[in-house]
Amino acid sequence: MNDSRPELAMLANGQAVHRAAIPVLSFEAFKQAILDGVAARQRVSALFGAASPLPGATRLYVVLADDEQNLLFAGATDVEGDAFPSLTPRCPQVHLFEREIAEQFGLRPVGHPWFKPVRYCRSWTGRDAWGRPPEQPILPAVGDFYRVEGDQVHEVAVGPVHAGVIEPGHFRFQCHGEQVFHLEIALGFQHRGVEEALVGGPTPRTIHYAETLSGDSTVAHATSYCQVVEALASCQETARAQTLRGVALELERLANHVGDLGALAGDVGFLPTASYCGRIRGDFLNMTALLCGSRFGRGLIRPGGVGFDMDAERIAELGRRLDAGEKDTTVAVNLLWNTQSVMARFEDAGPLPLHVAAELGTVGPVARASGIERDVRRDQPSGIYCFSHIPVSTCETGDVAARAYLRWLEIQHSIGFIRDQLRALPTGAVRVPVRALAPDSLVITLNEGWRGEVCHVALTDAQGRFSRYKVVDPSFHNWPGLAYALRNQEISDFPICNKSFNLSYCGHDL
Amino acid sequence: MIKVILARLQQKHRTMTYPDGAPPPLPDRFRGRPVIDAALCPAGCRACADACPTGALDPADPARIDLGKCLFCTDCADACPRQALTHSSNYQLAARSRADLVVPRGQQAVEVAGAALDAKLKKLFGRSLKLRQVSAGGCNACEADSNVLNTVGWDLSRFGIQFVASPRHADGLLVTGPVSQNMALALKKTYDAVSDPRIVIAVGACAISGGPYIGHAQVNNGAGAVVPVDLFVPGCPPHPLTILDGLLRLIGRIEDGTRKS
Repeated sequence: MNDSRPELAMLANGQAVHRAAIPVLSFEAFKQAILDGVAARQRVSALFGAASPLPGATRLYVVLADDEQNLLFAGATDVEGDAFPSLTPRCPQVHLFEREIAEQFGLRPVGHPWFKPVRYCRSWTGRDAWGRPPEQPILPAVGDFYRVEGDQVHEVAVGPVHAGVIEPGHFRFQCHGEQVFHLEIALGFQHRGVEEALVGGPTPRTIHYAETLSGDSTVAHATSYCQVVEALASCQETARAQTLRGVALELERLANHVGDLGALAGDVGFLPTASYCGRIRGDFLNMTALLCGSRFGRGLIRPGGVGFDMDAERIAELGRRLDAGEKDTTVAVNLLWNTQSVMARFEDAGPLPLHVAAELGTVGPVARASGIERDVRRDQPSGIYCFSHIPVSTCETGDVAARAYLRWLEIQHSIGFIRDQLRALPTGAVRVPVRALAPDSLVITLNEGWRGEVCHVALTDAQGRFSRYKVVDPSFHNWPGLAYALRNQEISDFPICNKSFNLSYCGHDL
Repeated sequence: MIKVILARLQQKHRTMTYPDGAPPPLPDRFRGRPVIDAALCPAGCRACADACPTGALDPADPARIDLGKCLFCTDCADACPRQALTHSSNYQLAARSRADLVVPRGQQAVEVAGAALDAKLKKLFGRSLKLRQVSAGGCNACEADSNVLNTVGWDLSRFGIQFVASPRHADGLLVTGPVSQNMALALKKTYDAVSDPRIVIAVGACAISGGPYIGHAQVNNGAGAVVPVDLFVPGCPPHPLTILDGLLRLIGRIEDGTRKS
């Protein structure tokens, strides 16, 4: 497969290489490598801009994930001037990445079919891709939206402040009666400048940026960051630390999946499961707090390993709580599948067909519920997942029912996985010292957070400081999937469709 | 239907008795208010202040800590050569004024007295307080641990406190996040939509001071830059018990952690 794309460098998850190992291609070769890769069932994990050694140029990097070969491919190209030909018409999954490059570097993707800002902020280069003068304020979600015209067609605008306790985003529906023709999602309200602030690091704040990229995915993002540091420092975290990281990542998945099932039940007015799962979610969060004192795993994942160890008594206590949590969850969740009024709302709501899920490059439970076998824990494993395998669950229908049932399957696998790990926790230290980071290097780390693939890419300068740090939250891949899933649905089903995706605003907005 | 009833029996009654009974147990590794034994500090040592990601410890006097900036992480304690800095299990952290969160050398707790609203507001909100939550750049951890108070375990509504769907229905705002530039206008408009008298509660280090994002051009270093704040609840994120304790003291339902009838 890879002989058709000899141009790109072949890498593994968490492997640091010298920057010279990443080929700098002509734009035509770069574009062809991406198109060929995607045609061969690879997907774009990251596509981003960085400084180029050529004056006046911007260097674009791409990371393609080949899930069948368990490999990553990376390449770069230098774009001179202020524009480049857009790949989006031939490769829809890069459309948000190209808009992001335009916003951050002032590079116009010529021919982009829906060329709008992503986060409504100033570019890093002082050059504006939309030609907005510097004195003109940039207001979030202000601009043209896709419009449907016609008799009785109306527009519904929601947000940024929503009805629930939820993050801000703006949703614009084009409706005919109850029916949604089109949904456009405008985000950026949560933008707090994390990627810019990561440049020049690591600093004492860097781990805290990683932990708060998306608070409900603290473990996934902190693990990805720590693997970046460990790869660049050539340090090998111990087997015990790797195992504890895996336990924490699965606890994070459990808390969120259980919470989502409860919230889905709440959105269709089925209160028993809603109230039980709301509480059980807290029980799983408290299991993470048993490990490290924080319900969100703050302070647990640290460069070189983990910040807290577990003794035999703590392991036994976690095991007991896991048993109780499993029993409660099973009873609460199985009510859903046995209740007709719930299933009638879940089934056929918000379907995302397999070919669309693949074309948009969706990841995580969203992709798996549409029938794509895609899971970083199996396809690009790192840490404990190299040694201890976890089955990949899939469904076929891609609707709310599938996204709900998939979570239940994953809950069961995660509980089994944690139990196995606790039974045979390797001995040894949990943290090793971390040396200085290698200069002029690149590293890519991937982890399967509960929403899907968390991707971090770091480039270091001659002093071993980060010269560019790219974060791709799974939500960045999946938001367009939610917009698509709403097509021809009833607008009153938006809450359950939205909840069945449960994407991160802050992880997208960075 | 029989399955629903059986499930109900299996799940049992789980609402905590607090504040009539004891507070729910905190994890043994819970990091509450940091305690600094300044007597142990070597002269001129500022290892903890240098390690602090947010500048919560005053480099000139590291025994002085700003809980409004504190992330309750372990960075300071790990850096201390003498173990002068430990985390207590004290979860009572909320204060009415920003200045009260700056705890000087030797003081063992946050100044919690006077956390209640004045008599007029207490009469209005003491038995019914409707809050509109606004996330303004929050990472969703503070949002989640505020929202958890609605679950059956905490059952916030038994105190007459509720999160409502519109600022027009609300008596006040509960703000999380450092208030990103892109949310500043929406926060102001939401505040303006709440009728007077109204209160604002800032939950988490971000909403109090900017938290990990202090000083970023993209944020406003907390809610106070946009709206007046009546209660500050420190933490990253605060434990739900810390938030509930702050709310109950604000409306005068508890004093010093015990129930006021």
